[in-house]
Amino acid sequence: MRVEAKLLLGLGLFFGLMCAVYWNWSLENAGGVMMFAAMLLGFLPGGYYYFWSRRMRARPEDDPNATAAQGAGVVGTFPGTSIWPFTLGMGAFFTVLALVFGIWLLIPGLGLVGWAAIGGVSESRRGGRV
Amino acid sequence: MTDLLERPAAAEHPEPAEQHGPTGLLKWLTTTDHKVIGLSYTITSVMMLVIGGALAELIRAQLTSPNNTLVSFAQYNELFTMHGSVMIYLFAGPFAFGGLANIIVPIQIGAPDMAFPRLNALSYWLYLTGSITMLLGFFTAGGAANFGWVAYAPLSNSLNTPGAGADLWIGGLLLTGFSAIFTGVNLVATIFYLRAPGMTMFRMPIFTWNLLVTAILILLAFPVLTAGLIMLYADRHFGTHIFSVAGGGVPVLWQHIFWFWGHPEVYILALPFFGMATEIFATFSKKPVFGYKGMVFATITIAALSLGVWAHHMFTTGVVLLPFFSIMSLLIAVPTGIKIFNWIGTMWRGQLWFSTAMLMAIGFLVTFLIGGLTGIYLASPPLDFFTHDTYFVVAHFHSVVMALVLAGMGGLYYWGPKVTGYMLNERIGKAQFWFLFIGTQVFTLPMYALGLDGMPRRMAVYPHDPQWKALNDVASLGALLIGLSTVLFVVNLVVSWKKYPAGDNPWDAQTLEWFTTSPPPHHNFYRLPAIRSERPTWDYNHPEHRALGHGTREESH
Amino acid sequence: MPSFGAKPGDTTSSRSVFHLWQGFSIGAVVIGALVLALLGYAVLRYRARGEAIPAQTQYHIPLELAYTIVPILIVFGLFAATLVVENREVANPPTKVTINVNAFQWGWKFSYPGSSAVVVGQTTQDPVMVMPVNTDVHINLTSTDVVHGFYVKAFNFSRYALPGVVNQFTFRALNTGTFFGQCTQLCGLYHSLMFFKVKVVTDAQYQSWLASFSGNTSAAYSSSNALSQQLSTGVATKQTLSSGAK
Ligand code: HEM
Ligand SMILES: [Cu+2]
Ligand SMILES: [Cu+2]
Repeated sequence: MRVEAKLLLGLGLFFGLMCAVYWNWSLENAGGVMMFAAMLLGFLPGGYYYFWSRRMRARPEDDPNATAAQGAGVVGTFPGTSIWPFTLGMGAFFTVLALVFGIWLLIPGLGLVGWAAIGGVSESRRGGRV
Repeated sequence: MTDLLERPAAAEHPEPAEQHGPTGLLKWLTTTDHKVIGLSYTITSVMMLVIGGALAELIRAQLTSPNNTLVSFAQYNELFTMHGSVMIYLFAGPFAFGGLANIIVPIQIGAPDMAFPRLNALSYWLYLTGSITMLLGFFTAGGAANFGWVAYAPLSNSLNTPGAGADLWIGGLLLTGFSAIFTGVNLVATIFYLRAPGMTMFRMPIFTWNLLVTAILILLAFPVLTAGLIMLYADRHFGTHIFSVAGGGVPVLWQHIFWFWGHPEVYILALPFFGMATEIFATFSKKPVFGYKGMVFATITIAALSLGVWAHHMFTTGVVLLPFFSIMSLLIAVPTGIKIFNWIGTMWRGQLWFSTAMLMAIGFLVTFLIGGLTGIYLASPPLDFFTHDTYFVVAHFHSVVMALVLAGMGGLYYWGPKVTGYMLNERIGKAQFWFLFIGTQVFTLPMYALGLDGMPRRMAVYPHDPQWKALNDVASLGALLIGLSTVLFVVNLVVSWKKYPAGDNPWDAQTLEWFTTSPPPHHNFYRLPAIRSERPTWDYNHPEHRALGHGTREESH
Repeated sequence: MPSFGAKPGDTTSSRSVFHLWQGFSIGAVVIGALVLALLGYAVLRYRARGEAIPAQTQYHIPLELAYTIVPILIVFGLFAATLVVENREVANPPTKVTINVNAFQWGWKFSYPGSSAVVVGQTTQDPVMVMPVNTDVHINLTSTDVVHGFYVKAFNFSRYALPGVVNQFTFRALNTGTFFGQCTQLCGLYHSLMFFKVKVVTDAQYQSWLASFSGNTSAAYSSSNALSQQLSTGVATKQTLSSGAK
């Protein structure tokens, strides 16, 4: 976890420095704002990982001498097949088409999105070791 | 039905689990397997390459004479807009980070799947529907979007470009933008959380490293584009004046937003292809990647700098801080140079095997060198004032993107056998390479000369300068050769269909994906080797030939 | 020194841009040749012979440092040269002659503050911007609608015409003559035809040209009315409205 944290924190730091230089030098704000946001995008997850990297035991993937057996077993569970991503995708499709061809397309669009949201979530709850 | 994301222990040899569940079309619609999704991505994006290429051929046909009337002015504007948009938004990115990355990255790090398999499937559906949305523009009354792939305000407002085509362009980009963001999230989570035991960060293959950095760049850049598109849509339909002078807005703001995404996007496109070339060079030189750590740091440096150079696309606006963007852009040449030297270092004293993939990678290197060197000029504001918006720029970025196409084709020849279990025909492959490589140079080099002679880009006609016809004809011939190379690729797919079984590791390659079967089983591995370097498969197959550190001499055999 | 495809151009700053171009080109050719030579050598020399496995060298720190540090030095050299030319090019010394350039879909309007001279023309009418030779000419560039690009090939220079922004720069032409100019930033349907000309004349000619406009303002404005009619029908003709420029 250390390396991951350092990578993100380092990027955040660099963007922060760049932001400071740019902000003071240029006469334009948009770029400064965007670089500031970029800095946060480095610091927020980077800080999170750093916080955890100090509190947890090294994972097998961080251990240069780990054996394959150390990582064996269940990594996670999820539905092996699922229709909901497709449903959600179609919902998004119709929603976007509503921006172009008429507001009525929001009915199938948001309808499918809502249906997929419910379906997907309950699918996850049903999931687990089956 | 629920799946367990399971990782095998070293000694285990479970039999392939019986596959049940849906078949046929329903299987495709419901799959969450990263390999199937990645393959769908690859096929769709190659189709986009063909569509974008067809539009390009039409552009080149129009330019074969100074006052050609093959297409109208209006159609010409649609052609280059949709050519650029299809190629950038729908081909290059999705091919790299949705297609090959999706398939290869999890296997390279020993993961059973992507971290969020359903999100991964959603990414694909958003990409597919987004592509359809954008292309639908051709079938509307007003035609497709026609304001260039950069949609500069205020040309892109509802006054100057009314019509559904422009809105479909925005809508398509909203969908593909979210698709990219979700893929970025997925890649970062997969690489951070699903590596196999012993696969430390500094043992990840360069391809995976590059995709990690790409994914981080996606997360930094794409939300900015999405926000910009929403503002653009609001300006067009909700009466806001964010980008219009009349209402107190600032047109240049669009350019800032667009390029704040757009320049990192250049590296979002390029880094995955750099990764492919790196792996190919190592494998076909039978050597480790030279300067592995330097390579990783070069990639990170490129990504970091790439967020601070966006306004080099705006030098001629007269309202940006020239020295800042100039030095930042010039500095990117340094890590890029490191990569080029590392690639040559990888080949140095190797045993080079000139397979199709290797030829493509070498072609990539040469073409990218041309594109990179001409890019350095453009980082210098006075030289940019001189060449901006001329064919010099078109030539520069086509050297770069055609280099990426070469690397991508190399990637298909290299990893295709892993994904499908079958090899492609090498003779046709080599013919394809020569058509593509020579075609690329015949196509790009005259455009440099045209640009220096003052031919602006996005011109349907050039009535005042009929002398440009000759060079334009040469460029069009090159485009034709490139087109033929694509035909050869399709021919190869047909000819080689399930003909040459590949075996697990046909290239004696080094990284983890070559340890498993071709194609890999449902959750990728029946067993895993001990991972002690970034080349576990090589270490397993050639235990006596491990990589040497600096200053170490080869032990006597 | 070879020109590497560029031309010296006809203004003072186009000359310095040209020299900068030559400098960059020498660097590019040298580096490009070096890389291609190394690559070519590797490809010819290390073609696989048999199944032997080569030494698995992965690092060579001094070498890697060298190809990190040397490029950094080159980059700062290029940057320094850039700054010199750039500062000269963006400097706006006070001038006696000013021309206001206004770009619109799809044509140009050149007006001369302090005089009644106005030249307007659209698409292939090729309106002419008249300016004196060997004199600093200050240009105020803006746009009435979308973004356009003001590009004069012989001056090795282009600049956007942005709505809401007045871009300022200075030309000092070295030779008399007529030069082609063109819009280089996509501005809609007739972007391909948005031409103009720059006519550099002697100071005496310039003065008499200006004088030919005095008491003649209405003509200039009526021609722009005719222009807007043509714009609405979208017809491009070869006839030049700005007869004064002939
Ligand atoms: C078959 C190979 C290709 C040919 C013959 C080709 C041809 C062209 C030509 C002639 C133009 C300039 C049109 C103009 O300015 O009037 C152009 C523009 C462009 N091309 Fe390509 N191209 C090819 C491949 C690609 C690829 C692979 C990409 C990206 C991955 C790409 C991205 C672009 C972009 C972004 C533009 C700018 C569009 C604009 O000005 O809005 N092209 N192409
Ligand atoms: Cu850029
Ligand atoms: Cu224009």
